[in-house]
Amino acid sequence: MLSEIVAQYSNDAALTAGSAHTGSSGLLGRDFAKMTNDLIFDLPNTQDPAEFLNTYTDVDSSADNQIKFAHGTTTLGFKYDDGVVICTDSRASQGSVIASQSVKKVIEINPYLLGTMAGGAADCQFWERELGRRCRLYELRNKERISVAAASKLLGNMVYSYKGMGLSMGTMISGWDKMGPSLFYVDNDGTRLRGDLFSVGSGSTFAYGILDSAYDAGLQKNDAIELGRRAIYHAAHRDAFSGGSVRVYHINEDGWEFISLTDFDDLHWDYTDRANRAT
Amino acid sequence: MSIMEYNGAAVVAMVGKNCVAIGADKRLGQQSLTVSTDFPKIFTMTDKTMIGLAGLATDVLTLRDQFRLKTKLYQLEENRVIEPQTFANMVSSTLYSKRFGPYFIEPVVAGLDKHDKPFICSMDTIGCINFAKDFVVAGTAGGNLYGMCESLWEPDLEPEDLFETVSQALLNAVDRNCLSGWGAVVHIITPDKVVTRSLKARMD
Repeated sequence: MLSEIVAQYSNDAALTAGSAHTGSSGLLGRDFAKMTNDLIFDLPNTQDPAEFLNTYTDVDSSADNQIKFAHGTTTLGFKYDDGVVICTDSRASQGSVIASQSVKKVIEINPYLLGTMAGGAADCQFWERELGRRCRLYELRNKERISVAAASKLLGNMVYSYKGMGLSMGTMISGWDKMGPSLFYVDNDGTRLRGDLFSVGSGSTFAYGILDSAYDAGLQKNDAIELGRRAIYHAAHRDAFSGGSVRVYHINEDGWEFISLTDFDDLHWDYTDRANRAT
Repeated sequence: MSIMEYNGAAVVAMVGKNCVAIGADKRLGQQSLTVSTDFPKIFTMTDKTMIGLAGLATDVLTLRDQFRLKTKLYQLEENRVIEPQTFANMVSSTLYSKRFGPYFIEPVVAGLDKHDKPFICSMDTIGCINFAKDFVVAGTAGGNLYGMCESLWEPDLEPEDLFETVSQALLNAVDRNCLSGWGAVVHIITPDKVVTRSLKARMD
């Protein structure tokens, strides 16, 4: 029964869901795709698809780059004794225009795993959803939840197989497994790092400044949440490409929990009022 | 990297009934980094003439000093206050004198002339003047400001209503622009006084 379900969703279904084959072979992404019975994307019909893509989608500049929709971002995550705190801003910018102030940069992969979004919104959304599918298959096959380390490695391997093809993502994968709380940084060059504290995006330097000044593994839950919120707040204030609202999640042994979504403006006048009362 | 977008700015001026308004944001940035949230971009030239300078901040300071010097020398030599129209022409020729190595500034001039008739105009970086009867804009939020002004402005607004219109246009324009905002200031010039107000804005 279980193996039928697994068979149904792992091989053939995924292949037919992928797009039409063009017949060419020997390509980086496809070798990996064939090896793992995965998705197959249409590629430009040229000698070197990666080079072709790079001439039309300028990976480094931000001006005319359709791919880098949510490039300006601040996201952070840190591990402490009682769990993990994940915070993000909610701004999306296209050049200097603010495209949205209400983006959801936390991706709920499954009840025990969260991913954050920096870089290309579509890339992060697609690959973290694909990660969710694979994690579910792992669960069906093995009758136990996947570890955060394994999940982040799945994502790392997937994006690594498309290295140089213009994927843009800087993400943190975090959750709770047998080992307790876990946090990994995974990006489009294939970097995968385990750590206690990360911040990703254009506002990350500001967030690190706040986090480093007050981070302690022995923090109380409320204080840890407030530290994350404050770090995003200060990043949103100083970084032109971060802002909107501050979104907070917390992870413990029962899985993730949504804590709050606070508009930056409300937070700002609340903080300044508090500071004024203190003096 | 565009030099016109290095520091970020939003400047707007509007005509009302026997009054003019000029407003600007307060941000000084270095690309994505917000350095200051209290950087003036509008300067008083005479009792009834003000200039707003959007563009590269170093040139904002240079030109502010140069225009102040020139208006004061004009007053000493002519024994009268410079008219906004005349001042705008002075600004224009100052900018054109650097035709082949321009100041990276888009100025906005607003004032009342000797008959208390409203005058506003804007310029490009090399001094081409744009005279307008309704409103003028400049800066990184210029496109947004045009949209706001086009929908909010109406003729013959009284000073208080003009203040409201300029403020709403400015605040809503900078809230959709990454490089400007972080507070704003609006001046209303009427025949007998200048009213200056600071606006509370989103600080992100």
